[in-house]
Amino acid sequence: MSTFGAFRAGFMATWTSVFTYVLLGNYLGIGAISHDFGFSITWTLVATVLVWAGPAQVILVSTLGAGASLFEVAVAVGLSGVRLLPMVVSMLPMLKRPGARSWKLVLPAHFTAVSIWVEAVRLLPAVPREARIAFLNGLGTGYTVCATAATLAGYYLAARMPTLLSAALLFLTPLAFLMSTLRNARMLVDRLALGLGLIVGPLFAHWQIGLDLMWSGIAAGTAAYAVHRAREAMQ
Amino acid sequence: MTALSGEFGAYLALVLVGFLPNEVWRWLAVIFSRGLGEDAEILIWVRAVATAILAGVIAKLTIFAPGVLATVPTPVRLGAVLIGFLAFSLMRRSVFAGVLAGEAALILGALLFA
Repeated sequence: MSTFGAFRAGFMATWTSVFTYVLLGNYLGIGAISHDFGFSITWTLVATVLVWAGPAQVILVSTLGAGASLFEVAVAVGLSGVRLLPMVVSMLPMLKRPGARSWKLVLPAHFTAVSIWVEAVRLLPAVPREARIAFLNGLGTGYTVCATAATLAGYYLAARMPTLLSAALLFLTPLAFLMSTLRNARMLVDRLALGLGLIVGPLFAHWQIGLDLMWSGIAAGTAAYAVHRAREAMQ
Repeated sequence: MTALSGEFGAYLALVLVGFLPNEVWRWLAVIFSRGLGEDAEILIWVRAVATAILAGVIAKLTIFAPGVLATVPTPVRLGAVLIGFLAFSLMRRSVFAGVLAGEAALILGALLFA
């Protein structure tokens, strides 16, 4: 398979992926949030392409838009991005060939986010190893095109739509994140972390603890991990 | 601040506090993946913390809703998430079914109770 052929196959795989529609929903919501927080359309589209991670972009827009300090925004975005590390680390071995240059993995690493990770794990085994990097770059490009179009649509729909429809659009973000995280959470430790985080996150915010997302994530995640270790020790 | 430097400042902020703090994890992953196995123990903890942070984002967006979403009563938003979750579970863990059911519940609930 030629490099272009593999790229094209990845790009075409975008249109038959269920996550494309989840992505459309997510980025419609992100475009709408960006509009409501008063960011320009160009800034919003550049943010979609550069950040390329839904939660990080929601955090960026909502904290920056609410006037948080730049340091606090950077910490919150950086902490939400931590989850990309294990995803990318676990995916790259599927792409690598012996002796392959690391810089060729920078673009596939950039494209890796929740939805593409799930699809890559499903689709890559059927792709010849030497074509996988190009395939993933094609898939990532397809997703980025969809997400950028959806961001644009969401931004303008938010301004022109009835209140209830705008609310429904904003609601897509938490719903789609919850469902795709649930789908990914196969191990008990992940389900526990999700369940505990859902409770502890808003509690820490309610108590107005500084950097509440970071502390609630560390507390709930570590508790879930402790249960996992205790359970393993007993077996 | 002039409009130009304000606009420039917005893009500078995007790169410094939006792009770099997020992208650095992907770059680190390229470096780490050279030696680290897919099933390394530390990754389980890191992933648990990451999942819990994401859960916090989901819960905060639902409970302390931004913008016009706040016009929908809180019990309706919470009920809609619950119905979405039930649909997801009943429809063989279908993300599409869960999102669709949650959205339908939100719109119906808002029309009935707002």
